[in-house]
Amino acid sequence: MKKLQKADYIKMYSFMLKIRRFEERAAQLYGMGKIGGFCHLYIGQEAVVVGILMTIDKNDSVVTTYRDHGHMIARGLDPKRIMAELTGREDGYSAGKGGSMHMFSKENNFYGGHGIVGAQVPIGTGIAFTHKYNGEKNICRTYIGDGAMNNGQVFEAFNLAALWKLPVLYIIENNKYGMGTSVDRAAAGLDLYKRGEAFGIPGEKVDGMNVFSVIEAADKAGKYVREGNGPYIIEVQTYRYRGHSMSDPAKYRTKEELDNYKQTDPIEIVKAEILKKKIATNDEIEKINKDTLEEIKNAAEFATNSPFPKDSELYTDVYL
Amino acid sequence: MSTEILMPALSPTMTEGNLSKWLIKKGDTVKAGDLIAEIETDKATMEVEAVDEGVVLDLLFKEGEVNIPVNKAIAIIGDPNEKVEVKKETPIEKVIEEKKIEKNIETKIENKKADIIDTPSPKIEEDRNLSSEEITMRQALRDTMAEEMRKDNKVFILGEEVAEYQGAYKVTQGLLQEFGKERVLDTPISEHGFTGLAVGAAFKGLRPILEFMTFNFSMQAIDQIINSAAKTLYMSGGQINCPIVFRGPNGAAAQVAAQHSQDFSSWYSQVPGLKVIAPSTPYNAKGLLRSAISDPNPVIFLENEILYGLKGPVNNDINFSIPIGKANIEKEGKDLTIVTYSIMLQKSKEAALRLKEEYNLDTEIIDLQTLRPLDTETILNSVKKTNRIITVEESWPFGSVGSEIANIVQRDAFDYLDSPVIKVNSADVPMPYALSLEKLYLPQVDDIINAAKKVSYIK
Repeated sequence: MKKLQKADYIKMYSFMLKIRRFEERAAQLYGMGKIGGFCHLYIGQEAVVVGILMTIDKNDSVVTTYRDHGHMIARGLDPKRIMAELTGREDGYSAGKGGSMHMFSKENNFYGGHGIVGAQVPIGTGIAFTHKYNGEKNICRTYIGDGAMNNGQVFEAFNLAALWKLPVLYIIENNKYGMGTSVDRAAAGLDLYKRGEAFGIPGEKVDGMNVFSVIEAADKAGKYVREGNGPYIIEVQTYRYRGHSMSDPAKYRTKEELDNYKQTDPIEIVKAEILKKKIATNDEIEKINKDTLEEIKNAAEFATNSPFPKDSELYTDVYL
Repeated sequence: MSTEILMPALSPTMTEGNLSKWLIKKGDTVKAGDLIAEIETDKATMEVEAVDEGVVLDLLFKEGEVNIPVNKAIAIIGDPNEKVEVKKETPIEKVIEEKKIEKNIETKIENKKADIIDTPSPKIEEDRNLSSEEITMRQALRDTMAEEMRKDNKVFILGEEVAEYQGAYKVTQGLLQEFGKERVLDTPISEHGFTGLAVGAAFKGLRPILEFMTFNFSMQAIDQIINSAAKTLYMSGGQINCPIVFRGPNGAAAQVAAQHSQDFSSWYSQVPGLKVIAPSTPYNAKGLLRSAISDPNPVIFLENEILYGLKGPVNNDINFSIPIGKANIEKEGKDLTIVTYSIMLQKSKEAALRLKEEYNLDTEIIDLQTLRPLDTETILNSVKKTNRIITVEESWPFGSVGSEIANIVQRDAFDYLDSPVIKVNSADVPMPYALSLEKLYLPQVDDIINAAKKVSYIK
């Protein structure tokens, strides 16, 4: 496993916290009517994307679902511009035309942000195809929600990726519910990581509340894929604290279940480790907390002051 | 008693075949089930088995002979002691001719009347680089893909049976041999998956040409075409374009019935972010496909299976292209305008000849070539001259390309119209299988003539 430096611990903590604070602020802006449409929060799942981040090469590609805010932050993208996309303003990553679910940053190899369940899976496979076609050593990380694991095109993509030995790492973020339907009411067979077995794709299940477990699995899987062995599946067991989207009261689960997961909060786990290992003091942690809160507050400020797109933008970007 | 072995129809659209190889010789005894010959069809080379038994009395064609009509006797088997007279011109030929006309299969290539209809329009003849040799539409498409693949190694082709099989309709023939399996990829029968894969590859900078065996199967993948390929440039604020060509045969072939005979021109033309092209001749197929492959946007390229065998001159300059969004005035005229595209161009030209002969009407024919963006200027200019317009297309009538043209014409040239716009479409039903009903379903020359008479107030 990758040897973690002191700075890595701080980086993990900072990114996870930044995602959490960002999502909380997004929820607030949504409540104020500053953010419209669908808005899917990542709170509770931070260890997944941050764990993967620790093993990533900046030339690797990423493609994900509509629960993408945290993914963009982990990619090092500017929270100000992410939030400005959520508020539908011209400084947003998609110039206000994509919204929460459809955000991209080509220069950072971040290929969305896809609103159709499962659609990103063949797309990510195709991005991996391009890495291979161009003779690059990079891989494409393709995130999949548990809900998409019952979607036909996912299996078509698995077949193609295995058939053509494409450098794609599939990461299933199993947060237990596809909208309001629990995995056991949607999937025949709960071991989603085994769903590549028929194609010869190795799979592994990891604890997604613990960032260190995620790093270990991602490191191993990333090496396997990068060495040209074809695709690999990691199923990360995680949990979203909030509903599916802002309008979801999440009545399909119990308060006890939620509280239970909060006992293993991913951010608290990292914080405890930092203190235990004496990587930082309580005061230093407090400073990170304060700075993060400030940064996100500024992002919200920026996003609500950025102008709406000009009317003339309605007709641009349809064709290149 | 002797029996004639006839050239078999080995595909729904086959009208003639080439005798690649005899597997028997004169004097051999054949039993039912024995392989007797290899026949090259419009789609593939296939082995033919004997159905009857006897001694081979005569082989009526030599190996390598081409364009032998379906149902023509190619060999005679029987009792060697019986005297057989072989007629030079068997009456079967006449039967074939009648059958072709009856089937309404476009047999322009060998049809005399069609020679006139296939005369290139004046504008094409002005092309100084026009080839003296005529090639088929499938060859024009193939050549253009090969030329573009030689220019840019980011261009690759994927689809079902495009590589080792050489293309279900032989449009990709020889590409695997020239470009190798990294650039010519056979996919599983998995449209949703491989379309999404190709779209992802295009997002990342490659230039895929994706062949749908037919556009009927694009429905499996339509979410990736519309939600991913067409919309991502917009949704990404102009960051991520999708330079991909979706191509393959569209519309009716011959008696393949409802699920395999559908015209998607108006479906795709409705979608902002897509460009939609429908070529009608080898000449424009070549020029338009080059523009499609070079375009930075997703392009739907609607071919037509029946037109694959259509021959015509082309421009062999490897940089020759026809701009997307520009219609071709196929024939100038002053009395009425026919706006059409793809295979219906041929029927419209035939109708124009008869309208001239029988009613002295001088028809202007506009071949749209591109459906989106639509060349409204050419259409409106024509209407302003002729004051009458009909649209002719194979798609269903509701919300068709013709519907949109009717809307544009009434909005922008209302005062120029001397009659309402009339649309000629296929019947508003699923495509039937029966030959007789299929003919009724599709727009026929008579339907075009009737529409032209109606806008001209001729009883």
